[in-house]
Amino acid sequence: MLRKRSSRDVEIPTSSMADISFLLLLFFLVTTTIDVDTGIGLVLPPPVEETEIVKVKEENIIKVLVNAAGDVLINDELASLPQIHEIVANKLRTNQKLIVSIKTDRETPYRVYVAALDEIKQAYNILREEFAAQTFGRPLKELTKEQMAEVRENVKQSISIAEPERTR
Amino acid sequence: MKFKKKQASTKQTVPTASLPDIIFMLLIFFMVSTVLREYDIQVSYTLPSATQIEKIDNKRIVSYIWVGRDGRVQIDDNIVLIPEIQTIAAKKRRDIPQVIMSLRIDEGSRMGIVTDIQQQLRKGDALRINYSALQKL
Repeated sequence: MLRKRSSRDVEIPTSSMADISFLLLLFFLVTTTIDVDTGIGLVLPPPVEETEIVKVKEENIIKVLVNAAGDVLINDELASLPQIHEIVANKLRTNQKLIVSIKTDRETPYRVYVAALDEIKQAYNILREEFAAQTFGRPLKELTKEQMAEVRENVKQSISIAEPERTR
Repeated sequence: MKFKKKQASTKQTVPTASLPDIIFMLLIFFMVSTVLREYDIQVSYTLPSATQIEKIDNKRIVSYIWVGRDGRVQIDDNIVLIPEIQTIAAKKRRDIPQVIMSLRIDEGSRMGIVTDIQQQLRKGDALRINYSALQKL
């Protein structure tokens, strides 16, 4: 009697391969942190010993002084933190080449400093928004990369951290 | 006359043979994009928040400095003293020329310590910094 021999499968079953790689995939999905770092970027000036101190005319600087209590002095006029962006933006409108210099007391809380810096950045943002509306007729968010670069080129940020005093 | 049910001669199943390949592609993407280098943070801090924040896309060029509520400074996995920052910053600058020093400072810290760190960074020639902050709602 001839028994029909069933054709035996000689292949390695690969159907579970997908499951295995799914597991690995899940592991990496879980361990990957996509959260990007956010913050306020700044470039520090080079050390004083290497460069001669550049004298800038008094009228070309907006001096922003912040003391420990959170009081703000802008060009010797008293202001408060939330007013900074308005005052600085108004001053920048009259003269684009102004340098904003920020100076704090050693006792100023860091959060006040960040808030002040944020306000100054906001002032520049207002100007950029206005420039974008004038030249391209649309808000900053809708600009292409090239247009954004042009805006950056025209409204340059010049924020300077004042040299700490050497009294201590 | 009997009607035979017409059946398409093509296979009815979705071919799953290439499924592992697709999954592997995804897997490789995540493997490459994962940065496993994480530090034990030994200081406690709360970041300040701001509206005008930027994203740092490239995590690989970022180096962190933590400043805790108690004023301790941590770089990488060590608590360091402020005068030591200069040498560390200089080394980091040599290793990665376009390094961004991300300052993760507790919002209640005094500016004195921040200024001191900045002076050290300037001496160490690591000039690109980023004040780490959260999005203000």
